[in-house]
Amino acid sequence: MSSQVHGTQHFDKAKRAEVKFSDEAMKVVETIISHYPEGKQKSALLPVLHVAQAEFGGWLSPEVMDYVASILKIKPIEVFEVASFYTMYNLKPMGKCVLEVCQTSSCWLNGAEDIVKYIEKKLNIKVGETTADGMFSLKVAECLGSCGTAPMLQCGASYHENLTYDKVDKILDNYKSEGKLRSYTDHDYKNTL
Amino acid sequence: MGKKLLIHNDKVANIHTLEVYRAHGGYASVEKALKTMTPDQVTDEVKKSGLRGRGGAGFPTGMKWSFLAKPEGVNRYLVCNADESEPGTFKDRYLMEKIPHALIEGMITSSYALGAKSSYIYIRGEYFYVARIVEKAIAEAYAAGWLGKNILGTDFSHDCYVQVGGGAYICGEETALLESLEGKRGNPRIKPPFPAVAGLWGCPTVVNNVETIAAVVPIVNDGGEEYAKIGIGKSTGTKLISASGHINKPGVYEIELGIPVEEFIYSDEYCGGIRNGKKMKAVVAGGSSVPILPTELILKTAKGEPRLMTYESLSDGGFATGTMLGSGGFIVMDEDTSIVKNLFTFSRFYHHESCGQCSPCREGTGWMEKILKKFLNGTANESDVNLLWDIQSKIEGKTICPLGEAAAWPVAAAIRHFKQEFLDVARSKKFVDVSHYNRLNKINA
Repeated sequence: MSSQVHGTQHFDKAKRAEVKFSDEAMKVVETIISHYPEGKQKSALLPVLHVAQAEFGGWLSPEVMDYVASILKIKPIEVFEVASFYTMYNLKPMGKCVLEVCQTSSCWLNGAEDIVKYIEKKLNIKVGETTADGMFSLKVAECLGSCGTAPMLQCGASYHENLTYDKVDKILDNYKSEGKLRSYTDHDYKNTL
Repeated sequence: MGKKLLIHNDKVANIHTLEVYRAHGGYASVEKALKTMTPDQVTDEVKKSGLRGRGGAGFPTGMKWSFLAKPEGVNRYLVCNADESEPGTFKDRYLMEKIPHALIEGMITSSYALGAKSSYIYIRGEYFYVARIVEKAIAEAYAAGWLGKNILGTDFSHDCYVQVGGGAYICGEETALLESLEGKRGNPRIKPPFPAVAGLWGCPTVVNNVETIAAVVPIVNDGGEEYAKIGIGKSTGTKLISASGHINKPGVYEIELGIPVEEFIYSDEYCGGIRNGKKMKAVVAGGSSVPILPTELILKTAKGEPRLMTYESLSDGGFATGTMLGSGGFIVMDEDTSIVKNLFTFSRFYHHESCGQCSPCREGTGWMEKILKKFLNGTANESDVNLLWDIQSKIEGKTICPLGEAAAWPVAAAIRHFKQEFLDVARSKKFVDVSHYNRLNKINA
């Protein structure tokens, strides 16, 4: 197992031994598994991966995927094939706050490209990169269902809509001063619908 | 003011709570169905209503329900498709966020009709916060006895769960959704068998859109015939329209099917006309997959009749001069919009979202994106327009699921109605984006 390759990341047996959900996260995972009939626990995979990503630093390492496989009693490859299919799972380390700017039609019609350029300049990174301090990663996303409140960006569970440059400044300042990992599973989302 | 059946209470304070929802007549359909109707009677009302699937395909809901296999001793499932991802569509998000109990009430009443002991609401992962709202509402419903064992003291017991996705447009296709719900990649299944026979974990399953399930509530409350009085012909009832783009009042509107498209775009009750006094250039009427139409064809059919917001009127003329109601994702573009670049955003989208199972879609969507990129780079030739046409024609009808068509139709329609614009860009060897709508600078100036 120690030489197994997951994407570009290598599996580390020593690290794997350290991966373990907190009691709180384990409770959430058990509740998710209970939603499915006996023997169908694989169905819990997508939601459990979200919990794992939030719990283990915002990305899914080969060790974390192996751990999730052991909990759901499935093969590690079944976890990897799902994690690599869906866009919300990160297979490499990311910044604490991943900014995902929607770029599809309605957002483009309302200036999404300018928002991307503005953030690139402000953070001095390109799309797909992470700031040197590890605070922000910038991504573009396909339609996030916010077309009537375009342009928009998502960070963790929060939707930030009707963006202007001023608004982007404020949003980024807030996240920076907060300084914490932002995840899709966060309960303190700030949607602005 | 048109009649509203789904989001008439959206502005009521705290309507997302069970207490307020109940005070406004919530859960009456559960009481009526469980205490006074048989499951088949509920299905009959849905058939009488003429309700059609609100996710985009427009298939009659009552008929879909009647296909559900009911073998003895096998669980049946209702799955709600809340994987709203069609560009231009955000109505289900609005409904779930504002009035989550409307969906849960519909889930219970529909599950009673279908004999489903459990149901799942599959919500796209990006809507995680919406899933939180729905989960909270479900917990309230359990605490008040609307979910769980022996609801209202009857024999009917029901459990309802939320599952979040992982970010994949394809999971809005019902068999891909079921794969995803089983913890797999969202690769659509070959049909038959249809989910009504072998769906979730191989069991008979009905998959319905959020809005479809919510519409079951007024249908059961008022009767299917009453619902069918709204609308025109086979387009009965009300429809949520997500309006976006260059309009004065973007947002979610509930319309009576049958109002003129012109009224929807220009009246203050709805979109309020085009922003900044600009003229309208084109409209995508039902989400990114449906054919784009230029102003003259969206307002009037080729026969010169006013175009109406119905399944039939919008598709009048076929794809040559018509479009589709689809999901109701209504994107309006002003006169400065580049159709070429808008199409590029669509093709990039479909390339990104192709699951990769079928070669025509996996390869074709990438080719179309690449060629459109050439137009934006100023390196396209006139012959590339024909090449684009050729590629799209070889995707349609040649894939397991309709993502192939969804990717091909917008390309075909853009060339069909705006060919000159493509040729102009190719000839001039440079792309000038005058459509760059700079609202952002204006606000900051």
